[in-house]
Amino acid sequence: MTHMTTLPQTLPTLATEDAERPLPDAPPDPVIEAFGLNVFYGDFHAVHDVNLSFGKNEITALIGPSGCGKSTVLRCLNRMNDLVPSARVEGEITYHGQNIYAKGVDPIAVRTHIGMVFQKPNPFPKSIYDNIAYGPRVIGMKVDDMDEVVEQALRSAALWDEVKDKLKQSAYGLSGGQQQRLCIARTIATKPDVILMDEPCSALDPIATSRIEDLMVGLRQDFTIIIVTHNMQQAARVSDRTAFFTARPDETTGNRTGLLVEYDLTSRIFTNPHDKRTEDYISGRFG
Amino acid sequence: MASLTATTRSTVLASGRRSRDTNLSSVVFLVGLWASLFFGVVVLLVLIVSTAIDALPRLDGPLVTDYYSGIRPEQTGFRAGIFGSMWLMLGTALLAVPLGIASALYLEEFANRHRWYNKLIEVNLQNLAAVPSVVYGLLAVAAMSLLGFNQRGIVLGGAIALALLILPVVIITTREAVRAVPREIRDGSMALGATVWQTTWRQTLPSAVPGIATGTILGLSRAIGEAAPLLLLGVAIGVRFDPNGFLSVFTALPLQIYTSTSQSREEFQTAAAAAIIVLLVMILGMNALAIFIRNKFQRTW
Repeated sequence: MTHMTTLPQTLPTLATEDAERPLPDAPPDPVIEAFGLNVFYGDFHAVHDVNLSFGKNEITALIGPSGCGKSTVLRCLNRMNDLVPSARVEGEITYHGQNIYAKGVDPIAVRTHIGMVFQKPNPFPKSIYDNIAYGPRVIGMKVDDMDEVVEQALRSAALWDEVKDKLKQSAYGLSGGQQQRLCIARTIATKPDVILMDEPCSALDPIATSRIEDLMVGLRQDFTIIIVTHNMQQAARVSDRTAFFTARPDETTGNRTGLLVEYDLTSRIFTNPHDKRTEDYISGRFG
Repeated sequence: MASLTATTRSTVLASGRRSRDTNLSSVVFLVGLWASLFFGVVVLLVLIVSTAIDALPRLDGPLVTDYYSGIRPEQTGFRAGIFGSMWLMLGTALLAVPLGIASALYLEEFANRHRWYNKLIEVNLQNLAAVPSVVYGLLAVAAMSLLGFNQRGIVLGGAIALALLILPVVIITTREAVRAVPREIRDGSMALGATVWQTTWRQTLPSAVPGIATGTILGLSRAIGEAAPLLLLGVAIGVRFDPNGFLSVFTALPLQIYTSTSQSREEFQTAAAAAIIVLLVMILGMNALAIFIRNKFQRTW
């Protein structure tokens, strides 16, 4: 590719056999890495051959048009796709070097290390306190003082001051943005290493969105965050690295298979993308 | 009448004619709907009122406090039947509810829908709901003899028959209730590292309780009026003591009503009518409980 020449030569590059798709800049300290990831739902090929690595204490954004497989990739990272009966995953995903799809790996254990926040705030129909305490309880975490754990989690999610006087009240009384921060706090309470976020702000208003974004930037000190977003400004604002996916229709069946187009520092993806498709997408000409 | 010119559309809304919503065909249709509704309601009302009038002379204390008496029919009571039916309902619920919930949870949360045996179970379940209650009575007779109970007409036998009868209803309503719990709640729980079992036990099931309770009680209020399977089980009629357990000989209210109506003496007819009112009150009480539970614990997502 002619674009290769514009790459700064000082940066390390990920070796890739696919000359079509350069991976110019790997994170220095990867926590999760995907190698040749292919995902199928039954006969449908949802994601084609994705190679990615996610850096420690970084925010990585996965962007791309609808149906490009970015959420599918995200859900593979903590084996949530196992819950879809027809889903099949090929390739390798390593967490600190261990393949999480290897035989003998317990998906339940994977999820205690790699937490997830969903698109629609999904608090449990319980009190605010019990929402937070649920995770530590079910995974059998050794907890000296649950009150302390709950307070810490709510403080980390910047929610403590708003809810400290109504911990015993139903979480359903909170606003959408508060509910989403509660879901983040709930994930934090189980002390994961990585937090996956699947379009966490798409159901929220701009003010609630901005609070979550601030929160994410703060959480980066302690967690590795991977976020799927439809909002390119959001990716540009919060993330360190951005992976751009697109969907390619199959010539015979017309099924759209998602693939990774470009992965780089966010600043470069948004100012100087190497691939024409990325440029078209971020400039709003496509998708 | 407002006129329309070629170029401007009339903006007059009050035309002076009837709205198209109240023209002849609409009215006829509406009247048809009302008539259908009235047919059912009126028949039911006539039935209840005529029964109540027949029952009037016997709506007294001895009706519920005394035992059956063939010698003094004017004082015959249904105490044994009322207690018998209560024991029967308790036994039915104890058998049907755990089995029904467990089956429904398996089918909804654990079963692979594409396996042939699970499909077979699904089809069977739908059909079970249509099996006549007498057949369940026969089944219960067989079950009791297999279990080695020589005593006929005990509470356990009746409870087995009625539990089998309402099991499909309990399973189907529980499945509906479980299915109504949003996927997001399960995902949220699983993403925290909970097992499928923990998720089912701590999230899905508690959220489904209102639906399960409502379905179960409605099933029970159908079962309480059943006489046919109990006849097959040889449940006695002239019982003159309160049942004291699941192995106790008993009689049930619908059976007593059935035999009283077939007696020739006038007093028994009156007593039967009064017993019907008692049974109706019991059923209404159960349905009220179902509505209360549904309203109190109902959740909106």
